[in-house]
Amino acid sequence: MTGRSARTIRVDTLARVEGEGSLYIKLAGERVTDVKLKIYEPPRFFEAFLRGRHFSEAPDITARICGICPIAYQMSAVHAIERALGIRIDPAVRLLRRLFYCGEWIESHTLHVYMLHAPDFLGYQDVIAMAANHRAVVEKALRLKKIGNRIVQLLGGREIHPISAAVGGFYKTPAKQQLRELVDDLEWALEASLETVRWTAGLEFPSFEQDYEFVALRHPDEYPFNEGRLVSNRGLDIDAAEYEDRFVELHVKHSNALHSVVRGRGSYLTGPLARFNLNSDRLPEVARKAALDAGLKPPVKNVFRSIVVRAVELVFACAEALRVIREYEPPAAPRVAGPNRAGVGQAITEAPRGILYHRYALDENGLILTAKIVPPTSQNQKRIEDDLREYAAQLVAWPIEEATWKCEQAVRSYDPCISCATHFLKVEIDRGD
Amino acid sequence: MRIIGCGNRQRGDDGAGILVAERLRHLGIDAGTCSGEATELIETWAGSGDVILIDAVVTGAPGGTVHVWDGLQKIDPPGKTASTHGLGVAQAIELARVLNRLPERLRIYGIEGRAFDPGFPISSQVHAAIEEVVQRIIADVSASADAREGERPKLRGSSIHLTP
Repeated sequence: MTGRSARTIRVDTLARVEGEGSLYIKLAGERVTDVKLKIYEPPRFFEAFLRGRHFSEAPDITARICGICPIAYQMSAVHAIERALGIRIDPAVRLLRRLFYCGEWIESHTLHVYMLHAPDFLGYQDVIAMAANHRAVVEKALRLKKIGNRIVQLLGGREIHPISAAVGGFYKTPAKQQLRELVDDLEWALEASLETVRWTAGLEFPSFEQDYEFVALRHPDEYPFNEGRLVSNRGLDIDAAEYEDRFVELHVKHSNALHSVVRGRGSYLTGPLARFNLNSDRLPEVARKAALDAGLKPPVKNVFRSIVVRAVELVFACAEALRVIREYEPPAAPRVAGPNRAGVGQAITEAPRGILYHRYALDENGLILTAKIVPPTSQNQKRIEDDLREYAAQLVAWPIEEATWKCEQAVRSYDPCISCATHFLKVEIDRGD
Repeated sequence: MRIIGCGNRQRGDDGAGILVAERLRHLGIDAGTCSGEATELIETWAGSGDVILIDAVVTGAPGGTVHVWDGLQKIDPPGKTASTHGLGVAQAIELARVLNRLPERLRIYGIEGRAFDPGFPISSQVHAAIEEVVQRIIADVSASADAREGERPKLRGSSIHLTP
């Protein structure tokens, strides 16, 4: 314990996050003097790739931004373009899109809860070490994730980088029987998700609460996926078209990902905690009760408890998938054809790790003039730095290795997808030794 | 025999495993592809006795170097693949080992990559290595078929001869 000397926490390659980046924290005595979440690779080439392409190509191109949340990219793309073109989708397509998103949330949340985040709480270096002592838990995770994969494969044509989502609907929609074949698995998944809530609720969480601005979609009737107004606990209540009026992206020298802030206010938090805190009354009864039994009462202000909230959202995704399958009648046509015409459209959907904003401007031939994409990790990046500034100050007396690990754990609470925000995370705590 | 090429064609040399699989398919040999994400990979080889895996790797060797590992032996250190995921190919193998989900035989061809930038093409050294790995896998398939008397390798085309 060096307590009062200047020290550095440095993680050159952050593990168990999607993509690569690094973290640098400088401590002087008991003060944190600098925090930098460094993200290197520029994914924003995608906005340039899209220029000159026909709008119909946008869902497939943007799905390539991420292997973990391609559906989020497809959904934000199709909704933004449909708004630009004035397309109204069939209600059955709307239901299928919710099911599609359920598949992605089950895949992504299972991966993060069990494979990436749980080892932090149980004291293992990774899920491989954890599996040796918690084999049944990891086996359960594999089966859960496979069920998410099945949904994505059925609706998207394949598990990774799905290809069936289209502006106006899907290229192909499933028969009722194909969806019914998922029911047994989903009923098992619902029970497994409830067990996951109980299991995560029993973990030990660092004492760390912050006064966040939570930002999430809010829909009149539903827990949000594809639609709703963008709201916050500080009075924000806007349509997606107003997003750029209220949020701004700032370039910071140490990162290739832009820092997104609320104009005039600063950082904010998006993702499971925000969704739950702003929409817990929209959860189905089974998920709401699971949250209550787990001791989750909004507002949850401890970001480490996001693992429990993700588990509650797993319950929601399984229950919602079962609801959609019960109600589904195939649409008259898989999709509504879009006209080639000029227009501008914006959309926000809820990726597993937070809100994903897309804007497209189209010319009279339906070609993309400009595209703007703001991924959730870019939106959370400044908030992660703000958290670390506070959290690292609690760790100044800790041995450097443990402090570093704790800081990594804090970053992982956000389930950052650096591949989306840019690409690859490396933590550095500088005490000036 | 199950052949799986891993990687991402949109990230330079990370596409090497995918290109090997595509080339094999072009030659009439069944070969699948996978992003390399661990849980997906474990599911992909489930139920297979004999598996060949191809992926781009970074070990510090010259670009285009072809490595061959026996996946049933401990690969040290895991985490040396070029996968961009939280859990990649090396972790998939180690996780499967702990869970007793490894196939009966697992041969890994690692192709040393140099550049993994989004949107960039495969480097010239890796191109040459891809062809080398294709030929070695054709020989593996042939040897596997020979080893099982009377059983032919699973071919869809007739453009190659696997036995002299």
